[in-house]
Amino acid sequence: MPAEDDLELLLLIRHFELALLDLFDRGELNGTTHTCLGQEYVPVALGPLLREDDHVFSNHRGHGHYLARFRDFHGLLAEIMGRRGGVCGGVGGSQHLYRETYLSTGIQGQSLPVAAGVALHLKGSGRLACAYIGDGTWGEGAVYEALNLAALWELPLMVVVENNGIAQSTPTEQQLAGSISGRAAAFGIEHRLVTSTVIDEIRDDVAETVAAVRTGRPAVVEFVTHRVGPHSKGDDTRDAETLALARKHDWYPLHEGGQADQAARARIQQIVGEVSARPCA
Amino acid sequence: MRVVENLNLALHGLLADDPRAYLLGEDVTDPYGGAFKATRGLSTRFPGRVLSTPISEGAITGVAGGLALAGDTAVVEIMFGDFVALAFDQLCNFASKSVSMYGRPLPLRLIVRAPMGGGRGYGPTHSQSLHKHFIGLPGLSLYEMSPFHDNTLVLRSMLSRGEPGILFEDKVLYTRRMHEADPIFRVRLDGELAVVDLDDAPECVVIAPGGVAHRAMAAMRTLLMEQELSCRLLVPSRLYPLDVDALLPYLGDAVVVAEESTAGGTWGSEVAHQLHQRLWGRLRRPVAVAHSRDGVIPAALHLEREVLLNEETIGTAVLEVLRG
Repeated sequence: MPAEDDLELLLLIRHFELALLDLFDRGELNGTTHTCLGQEYVPVALGPLLREDDHVFSNHRGHGHYLARFRDFHGLLAEIMGRRGGVCGGVGGSQHLYRETYLSTGIQGQSLPVAAGVALHLKGSGRLACAYIGDGTWGEGAVYEALNLAALWELPLMVVVENNGIAQSTPTEQQLAGSISGRAAAFGIEHRLVTSTVIDEIRDDVAETVAAVRTGRPAVVEFVTHRVGPHSKGDDTRDAETLALARKHDWYPLHEGGQADQAARARIQQIVGEVSARPCA
Repeated sequence: MRVVENLNLALHGLLADDPRAYLLGEDVTDPYGGAFKATRGLSTRFPGRVLSTPISEGAITGVAGGLALAGDTAVVEIMFGDFVALAFDQLCNFASKSVSMYGRPLPLRLIVRAPMGGGRGYGPTHSQSLHKHFIGLPGLSLYEMSPFHDNTLVLRSMLSRGEPGILFEDKVLYTRRMHEADPIFRVRLDGELAVVDLDDAPECVVIAPGGVAHRAMAAMRTLLMEQELSCRLLVPSRLYPLDVDALLPYLGDAVVVAEESTAGGTWGSEVAHQLHQRLWGRLRRPVAVAHSRDGVIPAALHLEREVLLNEETIGTAVLEVLRG
């Protein structure tokens, strides 16, 4: 069982994402969003391994990354709803968030060279730049340019790959030749594979790698994970068997309906109510 | 002093004055000192802050964006400006956007230097003037190196805007002397606008970026000698967003905008549109645009000459706007 506060955070993120899909269904959200259902444990596990002054780069599927780092449920919801108090005044929306030491962008692979630049700035300070990408991101050339620089210049860059087996609607095996570990090896960069979804196990597994990154040894940490929800909203074309497999790996059913789950659901409902009542940004 | 030496001095000054300034690019370190020698001596004087990079224009520009995001100053040299196409995503979707897309100003001190232009026989992918592709991106300013603008001040102006900028550098200027002009003309600076003319009552005004200044002056000399026409040349340092108000006091009823870009969607047409909005009732004819022909820029000297803007192109445009 995860520690109480880890579980609370996991559940809050889960219910936040479910609430977003519900808001979309009710026509109360504009545009699009990409939920991290099933992948919440990745940033929650990494949370305590990252220092407050480390830099984190996130992507389109980044709500969990943001919430695990700042627990700012009101700010993110207000941002997505275009209400007052949003992280970025409603300009950025779901996938363009910025706070000091945290930035997300909506273009695949783009953040890695930028994260390498921040890592160059941080080099020698013991701080690091952590960039979340997906399996699909490996289709972008920018990833390879950045890894080459990170290895050459010994940058404190940690690339966290959330390999959820699917890029929008395209299964990984149809868009990625070879392997992610092979790619890291080609640059002489350490690759750490994480298959567990157990928070404490993951922390034990990757702590050493994170410490090495801080000394200028870049690393790729690949989480084998599963996207339980759609790519964005109701656009899941996977067959029942594939979906069942994804759900089998989900951390959530074990906790569903429990006291902590109910409390998290109620808390998010309350936040939805509060933010919905705010005026437009 | 040659223009490239002035630029080199400006880069030395920038790195000396700002201990958080970096310069990145391909082959920029000593002893090579950059393909056009603009970075000569920098890596020796500022080790660790002047970095030769792999051939990765996109990543270099992204790294510079990251440095700027972290509060540093970053200058990128793109070896041939044509290669800035490989950095388009970092400029269009990251650096320029980041200034405002996070709901509040996020100043970035980032300069991308892009050597541009033809006339040296480098062929279709090493001779272009790609300014047009960067016009109108919110949060991105465009400057052009000029023989009349001290590059120390240009770099300072670019960094003071709090947004990324591209400095286009016409390659043929590097070996020219600073402030070199036909002695029949008087040359002066009004703020960031260079004004070159004979008298206070020119019949036509030519607006051109720095790389075209010498061709414009040659055209103006010919028009004077052969047609007894007095023209004025205006060279703005910042091409976009253009400070139209700074131009207005120097304009009359006939205007030509000259540039080396090939035809279609040019900087000149943007300038012409802005001038039409301000001066429509005053102009005797619509602003004329002079540019290179619609085609790739060939490598062979005689073929390249047929395509690129030259002094005759500018002279013809002046006569057209004056006489129809």
